[in-house]
Amino acid sequence: MAAAASAKSPLTWAVHAGVLFLVVIWTLPTFGLFVSSLRDKDQLAVSGWWTALTASEQRKIGRSGAPDTQIEEDGKYVLQGNVLEGAGGTITKFGVRSQQPAAFDVGETAEMPRGEMMTVEPDGDYRLVSDEPWTGSRGKRIFYTVTAPPRFTLENYSNVLRANGLGQSFINSLTVTIPSTVIPILIAAFAAYALAWMKFPGRALLIAAVVGLLVVPLQMSLIPLLRLYNEAGLILGVPAKTYVGIWLAHTGFGLPLAIYLLRNYIAGLPREIMESAKVDGASDFDIFLKIVLPLSFPALASFAIFQFLWVWNDLLVAMVFLGNGDDQLVLTGRLRELLGSRGGNWEILTASAFISIIVPLIVFFGLQRYLVRGLLAGSVKGG
Amino acid sequence: MNQLVFATITMVLGVAGCAAYFLFSNWILDTILPSKEGDGERAIRNLRLANTIRPWLFLAPALLALGVYLFYPVLSSLRLSFFGRSGEEFVGVSNYAWMLADGEFHESMLNNMLWLVVVPAAATFFGLVIAAMTDRVWWGNIAKSLIFMPMAISFIGAAVIWKFIYDYREEGTEQIGLLNALVTFFGGEPQAWITLPFYNNFFLMVILVWIQTGFAMVILSAALRGIPEETIEAAVIDGANGLQIFFKIMIPQIWGTIAVVWTTITILVLKVFDIVLAMTNGQWNTQVLANLMFDWMFRGGGDFGRGATIAIVIMVLVIPIMVWNIRRANAEMEGR
Repeated sequence: MAAAASAKSPLTWAVHAGVLFLVVIWTLPTFGLFVSSLRDKDQLAVSGWWTALTASEQRKIGRSGAPDTQIEEDGKYVLQGNVLEGAGGTITKFGVRSQQPAAFDVGETAEMPRGEMMTVEPDGDYRLVSDEPWTGSRGKRIFYTVTAPPRFTLENYSNVLRANGLGQSFINSLTVTIPSTVIPILIAAFAAYALAWMKFPGRALLIAAVVGLLVVPLQMSLIPLLRLYNEAGLILGVPAKTYVGIWLAHTGFGLPLAIYLLRNYIAGLPREIMESAKVDGASDFDIFLKIVLPLSFPALASFAIFQFLWVWNDLLVAMVFLGNGDDQLVLTGRLRELLGSRGGNWEILTASAFISIIVPLIVFFGLQRYLVRGLLAGSVKGG
Repeated sequence: MNQLVFATITMVLGVAGCAAYFLFSNWILDTILPSKEGDGERAIRNLRLANTIRPWLFLAPALLALGVYLFYPVLSSLRLSFFGRSGEEFVGVSNYAWMLADGEFHESMLNNMLWLVVVPAAATFFGLVIAAMTDRVWWGNIAKSLIFMPMAISFIGAAVIWKFIYDYREEGTEQIGLLNALVTFFGGEPQAWITLPFYNNFFLMVILVWIQTGFAMVILSAALRGIPEETIEAAVIDGANGLQIFFKIMIPQIWGTIAVVWTTITILVLKVFDIVLAMTNGQWNTQVLANLMFDWMFRGGGDFGRGATIAIVIMVLVIPIMVWNIRRANAEMEGR
């Protein structure tokens, strides 16, 4: 392989180009989401994220100052000010009616429906002139087309974290995920040791059962467990949807993989270590605690990462075993709710989605080595 | 924040409780059946008895959890599929009869079959191609890492990402969805992709392929590296070209791994739920079994009988792979 890589033949370049192409295709969707979540929401709504670095053209509606700000000049009544109100950009067109929002070029004088005159300058300065005094409590509407410079902001994030409940959901997700990841580990480790190194009747059958349970669809469990939880809730006088309930559910659903991964790993530890410890009078319990558990750290880490990603990313179990209230809605559930209620508000969706995937991405890039090792142990063996 | 404190305390209590159970039960066993002192014959008998019991102490919590959360539900779902809405009254096979006649079920079945053919095939194919290609460039590990990344993203997060790509604006206005922007750039008409019956299924499948290719790539890449160098060298000496080596020497040696990848993704596809729920919720002819099952679980207050019946169908589809996995695991253990 090394020889092939150093030879700069056309084929090598084609491989480089091909890999680059595929990498771009695979990362572009996430990259687009990230860029969009940082854009000004008005710009995001009218132009694609790939144009984020160029100025964008937007149609907006502003208002002149209210009639009580009018001044009298040479017998005419004048309203003036700046329609952009500090937001940058250059105005190219304006209009006085909603049907024709871009009827006039900047600098021209437009006649308003009642004969008043309006001029708008590129920098946003406007001047409305009338023979009669302006009346009413609100200013006149000014339609304008502005070319705004690219603007990046964290506003979208601060908005969704506060107004859309993403902050609370983030905490809820952590609340669900951490115990659901830690609790199964010890339970599975003991069982895995028993299945790997202790001799008892029915061992092979149990291992086969664990392998079988690995692929049992979650869908099979939902209805019976929902009924069970409802009944248990009635008997114990507690709500059916609690964090304790979902921790136990994730523990149960995660156990087959945990036992399988750990058993494979523990069964591969050198026999001599166990035997010499036994000769020295150590019990199974001592061997497990003092030898097997410390040696199994890589496998434990692999499982913990799997379970963390799976629980954090889970939607189905959370929808069934947790409520829809603010205090129980996890990030995935919140994201789904926002997809339904704020389907067109991409500034909300992109920022929310990015908040929900940032933790798994950190875990992924930080601990990829263990993740890959676990995947290989789980699938490639015997392949 | 209180919640997190609560969660941490529960976690510590849970782990401590488990540890305490193991320590305590082990200690009781050693106290009741002492094997260290006393007369020899009794000690030996005690030791033997303790060694018979101890595995079950180690296994008990796991067996209890597996029993309650996986084994009992399988039996219970089977039973419920013969019962009515609330799971109270016995209705015989009428749930199954309803299902076989239900148009939405046919649609789900058909779509699921489509998913089963396309997604594992596409993900395995791309995974294999990328694995083979990245092994030949010096920055292959970075490339792999980036292609693997979607694995960490939730289905629902991926649904948002791709819904943004498929976003549709009326013709004439600027498209902010990447796909429609490309289509209009090349002179085509923008489409509301996820509402186009039949083809929209493929737009949903793309999401799962995008996620699963990394998985296939990682495993197949390891398998490709495990191929003995001699076989490739021999082929080179015999004058085989790159493609011949790939298809005739390398692929046949990793068939087993390809099968594992294929079946793993197949299982995942059978359970695909979040993507369909988030993208279309089964509208525009995109319904699949898992989403249909979830739908019936809560539709009109929930129909547990029909929901369980659909779950059984998913289970039945999984069983062949389950049996194959068990046989493979057994064969592997005997080989040890």
